[in-house]
Amino acid sequence: MAAVTGIVLSVVLILVQMGLFHGFGRMVTLVVDHTSTDLWIVSKGTQYFEDISILDTDMRRELSAVDGVAEAIPVVAGFSAWLPPEGGLIGIFVIASDPVNGLAPWNIVEGGLDDLKTPGTVTLERSYANQLGVSARGETAEVRGHPVTVGAVTSGLRSFTTRPYVFTDFRSARSYVGLPANLVTYFLIRVKPGADVERIRSEAQARVSGIEALTPDQFRTRSRDFWLYRTGAGAALVAGALLSIIVGTVIIAQTLYSSTKEHLYEFAMVRAIGASNRYIYRVIAFQALVNALIGLSVATVVSIGVERLTATSVAPVMITPALVAVAFVLTLLMSVASGIASIVRIVRVDPASVLTR
Amino acid sequence: MSAAIEATRVCKLYGHGPTRVEAVRALDLVVRARELTVLVGPSGSGKTTLLSILGCMLTPTSGTVRVCGVPTGDARPEALAAIRRQHIGFVFQSYHLFSTLTAAENVQLALDIRGERGAGAIAKSAAVLADVGLSAKLKSFPRELSGGEQQRVAIARALVADPSVILADEPTAALDSENGRAIMAILSSATKQRGRAVLVVTHDARLFRFADRIVHIEDGAITHEERPPPPERVTNAQGAGPQTATNP
Repeated sequence: MAAVTGIVLSVVLILVQMGLFHGFGRMVTLVVDHTSTDLWIVSKGTQYFEDISILDTDMRRELSAVDGVAEAIPVVAGFSAWLPPEGGLIGIFVIASDPVNGLAPWNIVEGGLDDLKTPGTVTLERSYANQLGVSARGETAEVRGHPVTVGAVTSGLRSFTTRPYVFTDFRSARSYVGLPANLVTYFLIRVKPGADVERIRSEAQARVSGIEALTPDQFRTRSRDFWLYRTGAGAALVAGALLSIIVGTVIIAQTLYSSTKEHLYEFAMVRAIGASNRYIYRVIAFQALVNALIGLSVATVVSIGVERLTATSVAPVMITPALVAVAFVLTLLMSVASGIASIVRIVRVDPASVLTR
Repeated sequence: MSAAIEATRVCKLYGHGPTRVEAVRALDLVVRARELTVLVGPSGSGKTTLLSILGCMLTPTSGTVRVCGVPTGDARPEALAAIRRQHIGFVFQSYHLFSTLTAAENVQLALDIRGERGAGAIAKSAAVLADVGLSAKLKSFPRELSGGEQQRVAIARALVADPSVILADEPTAALDSENGRAIMAILSSATKQRGRAVLVVTHDARLFRFADRIVHIEDGAITHEERPPPPERVTNAQGAGPQTATNP
């Protein structure tokens, strides 16, 4: 029981820390993940969706001329300031694009995309309602001096920047982020059916200077690499995840080893009645496997509970089958390692010790 | 009667220099089949050390031990474990049952280490437990059994693999006299019915009447052997001394 409890706590620690790391990795690519496109056209050096990217609207014509491109859809995005009805100033991240073929809000729980067609109509992310001072459709506020009305409410669109995502129409977005009519933030490229995306990517980059064409996977990887490995926040999470693996695995190893040591005398008895080393190895391996499986199962259930509790928080824990598989492999490796340490101890045990007890 | 265990000039030394202790001194002993041998001696006389050596759990400093004709002298621990597995059944003073296993499972353990599993092992365990009067307690855990019952499970565990030799270390020490006699009766019948050799270490003189031979040990050496009188003489002539024979 003590061994299983130790394993459960360790695996929960590992899963939650790795889940936090994974959750953060997913948060930084939230918009990219929810955008249906074949290629992202960004300013050279743009690292992630909320980064600075400014493109000339004329590029649309050049991009559309690349053989195989069906459509180049502009996106306007940028930081702005929300003025709640009660006063104050809240930073927001404004997004606008073609809602049908480009980038549209998702998880709309009140209203719909049609409600955003009217200029000055915006989405409200439910989890930021208190902060923004509005809570339902029809309520009003101001963005950078322009009156806005809530047309639709979304749920679960948490931004890792802590600035709420606010979707609106294209023209309003320019006003809110202060982008002139000849500039946009991104282009989304849709290719014709059967077209070679990689060729189009290369050709677009060759034809239009100052841009990068990235597949969604490349943009995702770049965003995650930047935030997870090149910033303090990411480094802290990486360190936390690594530390949890080290601490967790050491606890698992120590727990299993202690458990075996507690039963050393019983192993001595089994040795005394003639058990071979091979038999002892089998018992320890079986014990380690059972402990690992029970511990992992309970820990997974607990971790999924943590995932649900943190789903709408600023630091969501994301437990995926891959993470569980990693935790299982780690638990198993540590169980086997501690088993080997136990075996070394047990095969040295004096079977005659049972006669003196 | 054939020798199940034969110890010749066995010595066991512990420590070095001034702390050196001679636990067993040039001792000769034969444990024979169909015979219940009782080894008796005061505390510290070397009984447990001798039992450990005869049971292949301890290697003598010098001398030879043969178990069922197999020399144990140069055997590695794994080979000694194999000899224990093939030829010896152990009964311990504190029973040493696994608390998380039922009586039947504790007995099956002795078969499991020999690679015997499944329905055959279950049936064999049940039969041996029935032999020791525990057919109704197959599924009982040790905590649900009395001391006498636990020791009977331990005996069943020792008997189930049908070893040639049973070594019992103070098997009745933790039991009342009635249970002690019952245990000795079971061990005695193991010699008579199956032709096994049984060596029992005990302090309890009341149990000598179950012995075919009593071996006295003191300071690591056998002082003398005796054969107890027939049961009727014990009953009819209380206080009459046993027939004594000097150890060769």
